[in-house]
Amino acid sequence: MKSTVAAIALAFSVFVGLPTTSFAGSEDIVVEDAWARASIGINRPGAAYMTLRNTGTDPVTLVELETPLAMMPDIHETKTDANGVSSMGPVGEITIPAGESVALEPGGMHAMLMRLQTKMVEGETFPLRLNFADGGTLTVDVPILGIAARGPEG
Amino acid sequence: MRLSALQKVLWGLAAIAIVGFVWLQVSTRVEQRAYEPAFRADFELTDHNGMVQTDEYLAGRWMLVFFGFANCPDVCPTTLAEVAAVMDGLGSDATQVQPLFISIDPERDTPQALAEFIPYFDANIIGLTGTADQIERTSKTFRIYYEKIEEAASPDGYTMGHSSQLFLFDPQGGYVGAWTYGTPAEEILADLKARMSI
Repeated sequence: MKSTVAAIALAFSVFVGLPTTSFAGSEDIVVEDAWARASIGINRPGAAYMTLRNTGTDPVTLVELETPLAMMPDIHETKTDANGVSSMGPVGEITIPAGESVALEPGGMHAMLMRLQTKMVEGETFPLRLNFADGGTLTVDVPILGIAARGPEG
Repeated sequence: MRLSALQKVLWGLAAIAIVGFVWLQVSTRVEQRAYEPAFRADFELTDHNGMVQTDEYLAGRWMLVFFGFANCPDVCPTTLAEVAAVMDGLGSDATQVQPLFISIDPERDTPQALAEFIPYFDANIIGLTGTADQIERTSKTFRIYYEKIEEAASPDGYTMGHSSQLFLFDPQGGYVGAWTYGTPAEEILADLKARMSI
């Protein structure tokens, strides 16, 4: 009996442990200053911002976002040309070089939260899962600030 | 040819008139160069309360004008938040400044859509929209650029590209200058105060 329990425990630990050991760098990602603006209703897309810091020695690539808050979360980037014309489009994957940071901030990249399922209410938080190319994931609890917030400090 | 006294007087008056006319032309042209703004705010649009607003109705106050669309999750809320911070920083002088958000997405931005969006940033900001024609005419008078970009990964399959500067007009509607997107509110506030001499 004891051996059965041990076997199950072992099997479980291997099951849990496997993905961790196979990661190539994503466990070295630290997310700082995550924040989002409150939304008005659910008809218009929301945006979330954060800084992704790679404390490891290998580049790490962020491939996908997931959140129960929005059906279609995607990383978009705003570009402003020499004439002051701004436009926005999806960026696809983001690679964070070893030892460096990539900022998602107003006017640059943002997590575009399309097809909101619920209203983004000031004072609440929502989970945003970052899926990396190496199979690792990281779930960030993003605080929702006021609609007129200008940065992580409000 | 002999001229009568009357003819001499008439020729003399004509000469004076020509000299005077030329002088007036030259002097007003110089004056125009010194004081005439590059262009003037000129629009007739519907605000987020459903009221028609024109540059004439809003004359007498400085105007902070910027263009955007309500479905824009990044640049537009950021600019609205910056403008709200500038208005806050003006304190009691805020009554001398009228901020205007002009939609370049008339397809989606009805006055009601703007009413759900604009007042949350600052109660003083007026959201303006209109028919596609009115918005096009407004873009020409303000010399701004906007375009619809088909983009499958965007809500409703499109997004808008647009001039993202914040424009300043004097109380007579004359263009004063513009700040590029991303100029911190504190910098805009200091510059604005200097121009308003407050």
